[in-house]
Amino acid sequence: MKITVKLFATFRKDRFEIEERTYPQGTTVGEIVSELQLPRTQLGILLVSSRHVDLDRVLVDGETLAIFPLVGGG
Amino acid sequence: MTALATFLATKALSGLISWQDQCQAAADFELTLAAVEGRILENNLLPARYQRNQQMISTPQQLRLLRSSVAVVGAGGLGGYILEELARLGVGQIVIIDDDVFEEHNLNRQLLASPAKLGRVKVEVAAERIAEINPAVTVRAVQARLDKAQGVSLLAGADCVVDAVDNVPSRLELEELCEGLQVPLVHGAIGGWYGHVTTIFPGDRSLAKLYRHWSGGKGIEQQLGNPAFTPAVVASFQVAEVCKILLGQGRLLRNRQLNINLLDMEVEEIPL
Repeated sequence: MKITVKLFATFRKDRFEIEERTYPQGTTVGEIVSELQLPRTQLGILLVSSRHVDLDRVLVDGETLAIFPLVGGG
Repeated sequence: MTALATFLATKALSGLISWQDQCQAAADFELTLAAVEGRILENNLLPARYQRNQQMISTPQQLRLLRSSVAVVGAGGLGGYILEELARLGVGQIVIIDDDVFEEHNLNRQLLASPAKLGRVKVEVAAERIAEINPAVTVRAVQARLDKAQGVSLLAGADCVVDAVDNVPSRLELEELCEGLQVPLVHGAIGGWYGHVTTIFPGDRSLAKLYRHWSGGKGIEQQLGNPAFTPAVVASFQVAEVCKILLGQGRLLRNRQLNINLLDMEVEEIPL
């Protein structure tokens, strides 16, 4: 299935900004996070089609996943 | 007409009262500068320092700002700019809460930090700065780390609270405290080229959503640090929100978060 992945801020470095990627049916958000080697301790917001999701969310063909890193400084 | 009202009417030039006359009135009538400012505005006159606010903030609104109380939690990168802007805007009562002292690594970005201030308590330096730029502002400086026990007494009475702290657990605690007190909270966070802002009203629980994947530790700011400009940008977004909350104007950033990326110059709005 095709999933559009959008990365934000530091997650773009050495990866990409937006890409349509192919995954097997039943792939979860967490599996994509692992595949992209995004550190789990640095995860901010995860959005699928503008809705907040958790790592166990199963993706459906054609969806867009947006991943933001955690920002907490002041 | 009272003697003070007569004095002010005599001194007004195009509806403006100069700083010198405001000080004179305070001395002659044995009032604080804040009390005189209130009387000036109640008489539909304007302290001259606010004349460039006049086209966007009316005199009754300027009086509302004077009568408002804002608590700023954190007097570091964000807090320094927030305090400066609130004081210049004319917010009458500002509570500053921070437990830290200035260190050399603050000098690259914190407005209140300078070599002469190294080792000094941040909230004391902040109070001095506000007294210097707008002596009509009443400041309560509290050197403490905000916790649930004293948070209620420190934040009670604030019309709005500003989140300028530097860690996630304190932010989550602040959201709970503000919900308990039924006070709006304006959140800002920064890391490197990046930052975000949102405005939270009791019940919104936006920070619980925003940091739902937080598992302990710091965000990208730990590796990136913060440069001179990111705190100024995010702090200014926060103060604009505070101004709108206090005046009941405009469209607030409720249930939406602005993500600011200064490296690629992008602003992304996401729903919360």
